[in-house]
Amino acid sequence: MAVPAGRLRDERVVQVGVLRRALRRPELGSVVGAIAVFAFFALEAPAFATHDGVANFLDPSSTLGLMAVPVALLMIGGEFDLSSGVVTGAAGTVTALLAVNAGWNVWPAMLVSLIFSVCVGLFNGLVVIKTRLPSFIVTLGTFYILQGADLYVTKLATNQVLISGVETTKGFDSASAVLASTIGGFEISIFYWIVATILFTLVLMRTRFGNWIFAVGGSAPAARNVGVPVIATKVSLFIIVSSMACLVGNMVTLRFHSATVTSGVGLEFQYIVAAVIGGNLLTGGYGSAIGASVGALIFGMVNQGIVLSRWDSNLFLLFLGAMLLLATLINAYIRQKAEAISK
Amino acid sequence: MSAPLLEVRSLWKFFGHVVALQDVSARVDAGEVTCILGDNGAGKSTLIKILSGVFPPDRGQYLINGDEVRFASPRDALQAGIATVYQDLALVPLMSIWRNFFCGSEPMRRWGPFRGFDVHLARRAAGNEIAKMGLDLRDIDQPMGEMSGGERQSVAIARAIYFGARVLILDEPTAALGVRQAGVVLRYIVQARDRGLAVILITHNPNHAYPVGDRFVLLNRGQQRGNFHKGEISLPDLTQLMAGGEELVQLSQELEGALSGGTPGGGKEGR
Repeated sequence: MAVPAGRLRDERVVQVGVLRRALRRPELGSVVGAIAVFAFFALEAPAFATHDGVANFLDPSSTLGLMAVPVALLMIGGEFDLSSGVVTGAAGTVTALLAVNAGWNVWPAMLVSLIFSVCVGLFNGLVVIKTRLPSFIVTLGTFYILQGADLYVTKLATNQVLISGVETTKGFDSASAVLASTIGGFEISIFYWIVATILFTLVLMRTRFGNWIFAVGGSAPAARNVGVPVIATKVSLFIIVSSMACLVGNMVTLRFHSATVTSGVGLEFQYIVAAVIGGNLLTGGYGSAIGASVGALIFGMVNQGIVLSRWDSNLFLLFLGAMLLLATLINAYIRQKAEAISK
Repeated sequence: MSAPLLEVRSLWKFFGHVVALQDVSARVDAGEVTCILGDNGAGKSTLIKILSGVFPPDRGQYLINGDEVRFASPRDALQAGIATVYQDLALVPLMSIWRNFFCGSEPMRRWGPFRGFDVHLARRAAGNEIAKMGLDLRDIDQPMGEMSGGERQSVAIARAIYFGARVLILDEPTAALGVRQAGVVLRYIVQARDRGLAVILITHNPNHAYPVGDRFVLLNRGQQRGNFHKGEISLPDLTQLMAGGEELVQLSQELEGALSGGTPGGGKEGR
């Protein structure tokens, strides 16, 4: 029975080197992809790698990334939210209706939109948990409910699907300065995006809640057996997603001085695709917040790169689909490789 | 003679008109292994669920250190130092070993006004604790799912000990394992016993139970068929008392080979 205690290394594993450690990171594939996409468009379009070019592609990346990061956390936690895109539009509409049509100050209007969004997240989470239906179906339901309700209420109140004139409301200047200004030619949303990425990465990797997210997504019964509050963790994730959707929705409304009922529809898939490109597994339990941000960065770069290269803008969707498939394949390959190494 | 660490006296449990347990008694002392043996449907699961606090018995007494207890939930049992390692392990395959080890009981540290998961402590403590079990650990960052079944059982046992278990209940820890891996897990059971824990081993395999057990409780269709000290019964008799023992004799020989040779975790059959 002579077993040397305290021996942590095994002679069968030579050394887990830097490269091997890197291979284990979920976002590796997306980082390589982002560098390749940047290099490609920098060569293809001279305006791409300039100050203005970078500011241009970081802008769409930021609003996408602000959502892709919480969506990634939710995916790691084993759930989907198809209503996340519509919530951005609905939250913006709530703010605009209260500020423009009811004459409120923008700040309390935004607070109400936040309360509204938290309720949507709470509803999604509780229905998913209580009914045990797939979150895919539940949030698809929420998607249609919100879209329908949003259209109905907005047309009832304004006879239009667009609420404009947000710039004339009380508190607009201060709200706009905080959520929709530019700093050195860069949209302020870019800074929020970077802060959110760092914050959510810390939450995921360095908090108890982060450990629980991995656990509930990897195996909910196992997590429950070791005392992880599965329901609270999942419901919190839904609320985080819808709250971030509220932030993005208000940013967009303040920037364009208007809210459109249909804005945000379809974006939920882009959030999910960005998260998948960033190495987040569709099946949960594995992924990273940084990866989702890199996925969003790739989106923005392709979006602007195609314009600057004077290509047909329809190629964007084609490129997206190809990226998604490629990313999924690379994810599968890298995970296999990482697992093979440690055997 | 002092009271045993854990004792149950004439437990009964009914599910509707089915008598799941009928007048079952057992005890386990610190530094001892009590084996609960029985075929499928013998009432082993019902007994574990009572012991681990999932539900209370309908009749009978459950005593810890001689004091009667009544657990309302598994959490209560855990508080009393009774940890259960289930057959379908409470481990998340995609998570690293150390994240799994502390899952649900993460050590915390302060960062200024914030409190965070002390990952450095977690990695070090998980590594040390698993090494103490004699498990030959390759890489603490390895996902749990890449470990062999025996290694996963061992990590689960190490985890239970680290979090202060005095009584360790193991539900069929060797059931899904090959002979060699089963031998590895049995070694860890002996380690846990030698560290002063009271171990309750539930199994349907007398060849696994006999080498490590001090006491044997036989169940059949909810009734107690015997309660023996190791000195009172031989392996052939024990096997005989359970149903269908022919092929088990062969397995026993294989297992004894595995237990005398080889070291824990040293198996080539990594999975």
